[in-house]
Amino acid sequence: MKKQYASEFVLSSSPHIRNKESVPKIMYWVVGTLMLPVAASIYFFRMNAIRILLISIIFSLLTEFVFLLARKKDTSAVFDGSALITGILLALTLPPGLKSSYVAIGAFVAIALGKQVFGGLGYNIFNPALVGRAFLQAAFPVAMTTWVPPVVQKVVDAKTFATPLGGFKFSHVLAPYKDLLIGNTGGSLGETSAILIIIGGLVLLFKKYIDWRIPVGILTSVFVFEGALWLANSEKFANPLYFLFAGGLLLGAFFMATDMVTSPLTPKGSWIYAIGIGFLVVLIRVFGGLPEGVMYSILIMNSFVPLLNRYTRPKILGEGGKK
Amino acid sequence: MNKKTFPKGVHPPDKKELSKEFKIEVFPAGKTVVIPLHQHTGAPAEPLVKKKDRVLKGQKIGEAKGFISANIHSPVSGTVKSIEPHVTPLGKNVLSVIIENDGEDELFPEIKPLKNDPHSYSPEEVRNAVREAGIVGLGGAAFPTSVKLSPPKEYPVDTVILNGAECEPYLTTDYRLMLERVDEIIEGAEILKETVGASKIYLGVEDNKPDVIELYEQKLNGRADFEVAPLKTKYPQGGEKMLIKAILGREVPTGGLPFHVGVLVQNVGTTYAVYETLKTGMPLIERVLTITGEGVKEPKNLQVRIGTMFKDIIEFAGGYVGKPGKLIMGGPMMGISQWTDIVPVLKATSGILVLPEEELPKKKEYNCIGCNSCTEHCPMNLVPTRIVTLAKNERFEDAKDWGLMDCIECGTCSYVCPANIPLVHWIRFGKSGYIKLKKKSEK
Repeated sequence: MKKQYASEFVLSSSPHIRNKESVPKIMYWVVGTLMLPVAASIYFFRMNAIRILLISIIFSLLTEFVFLLARKKDTSAVFDGSALITGILLALTLPPGLKSSYVAIGAFVAIALGKQVFGGLGYNIFNPALVGRAFLQAAFPVAMTTWVPPVVQKVVDAKTFATPLGGFKFSHVLAPYKDLLIGNTGGSLGETSAILIIIGGLVLLFKKYIDWRIPVGILTSVFVFEGALWLANSEKFANPLYFLFAGGLLLGAFFMATDMVTSPLTPKGSWIYAIGIGFLVVLIRVFGGLPEGVMYSILIMNSFVPLLNRYTRPKILGEGGKK
Repeated sequence: MNKKTFPKGVHPPDKKELSKEFKIEVFPAGKTVVIPLHQHTGAPAEPLVKKKDRVLKGQKIGEAKGFISANIHSPVSGTVKSIEPHVTPLGKNVLSVIIENDGEDELFPEIKPLKNDPHSYSPEEVRNAVREAGIVGLGGAAFPTSVKLSPPKEYPVDTVILNGAECEPYLTTDYRLMLERVDEIIEGAEILKETVGASKIYLGVEDNKPDVIELYEQKLNGRADFEVAPLKTKYPQGGEKMLIKAILGREVPTGGLPFHVGVLVQNVGTTYAVYETLKTGMPLIERVLTITGEGVKEPKNLQVRIGTMFKDIIEFAGGYVGKPGKLIMGGPMMGISQWTDIVPVLKATSGILVLPEEELPKKKEYNCIGCNSCTEHCPMNLVPTRIVTLAKNERFEDAKDWGLMDCIECGTCSYVCPANIPLVHWIRFGKSGYIKLKKKSEK
């Protein structure tokens, strides 16, 4: 029989419909929620914040573009939102007084060594922004631990100004909780305002763009481990609540550890990853030489993710049932 | 109402409003019908007629080969024009009997019921009648029903679940059948129950069909042995394993079948077909289907003869609206996309869906960003992206350890993937790779 074809149809395997989520949509929701800590950083650190944010973002995007070009990939991926997030996140983790050239180096390292050398979006093992920050910490340790007070705070001696965690660790001085919540303290650009970070994080949780197990696991384990120490000796150790709100823990728990690419695929894996981060944070903050340990904790647990994925396969429906 | 469901799943827009209001219309048989001899799971049937033979409506024209196979019957009276390979909606060329319809609908004389009362059949007689009539699962899988009705002795079946979930978006075939063939479906279910020796029947219906739930609750009037199980509207609620989990809380073991947990699941359309065969003796030569989608002018629910061309049905539904994007046999989640509309309706064609170009997803594909959406929604509790990565790297054994062969290909993972990775497609690739690997190692 001679066949005649009435029309041509698009062919593909099922399913034939998709929901409305997309990678750029998720990325730009993260960018949107990051505007809260960005706003806080600009309010408290003014021109320093704007300067560091702009340099970090521009060099992140530029590095991404150059590498995509060199790797002969689609350069429109510069605008998928992921490099923008890295740029913003890196800026938010830097001290407000950091030199512009250092910021640019950090952004280059974040994208180049943190992401593109692994094969770009989706293939990197470590959180790119934290790779950039870790590099700066190693290369410029003094600059990375020199803190500038918020513009709105009247501090006489800026030279000895410390972060809430540094103040506690080295001179046993606690910052007021009200300042920790609002952000009127020293610290990295975007880590100071607990309340705005929490609001942004809740939006992402509500949209299911971050895995709830990760912030819940991290914050609970920090609270529990530090709480145990505090109960044993409340003179020596800080109140666990202070540990939750001071430093980079909230920013890390909601915006860094939850990075989809560098966190586990399985629910059980996410729990182990999150609890591991919380444990390491307490370990470093209490027993390490540095007052803060969120960055290293996340990077260390990032390195466990492939292993966690491998050994935490969920139980398949009907698995173990008798035939 | 106590609504049951299974863990995870997804909520695509159901689009049933396009066709749900239209009563089942009888579609007149076309001038030519094409009857593929292989439209079921199992071995193809062997032709019993030859070119130029005159065949009558209901006459057996293809003989089942082996236990898992199905007889094929002529849906019209007329002349065999040829027996040759013809493309089917499953995508392959299949040896088919092409019949020129004489329009007489002359009935094959041997067609009469074995007994006057469908309830008086013995289980063995039911199985034989169902096998003789070539009945297969009409929900889409086309598994021979007589095989399903013969579970091994060591697995007693205590519960029959009628699958009226119809969780695929767009389709309203089962919905209309449940509304318009109430007594037949209820009686058919009772016969199925007696055949497998079960003591309880559940009719599983999603709560987007409240009229069906109400109708059957009224009809069944509090019977202890036959209950409506209202289900939350969630895809893939109509999957056998999901249905059993939702209604009974039982999990079909990995690699197992419903009878392993004492259950028989039958689609409501199949149940209706069984009843009709016992009542009239007529084999399976027609079925109800939905012709729908934004790409056809007048969506409808039709009773059509097997072998009717898609093209004729689409014309009957007012033709295409604008430029058709995709022509699909079945629903949008699991249906099969067609390259031509010159294909015949099969026993398992539950719907014909036309999606216009503008309805087709235009998402760009990205690398997996590990968002876990697929894992969070997979009704089998798999980690689809992991399986796909392993399959892409041809690590089929490892993929199997992660549940490659347990995937029911429902499409939920691809539906939710923000990176628009065709996950199910890669899983199919992985499955065929694994099967090839196994065959090789057996040699």
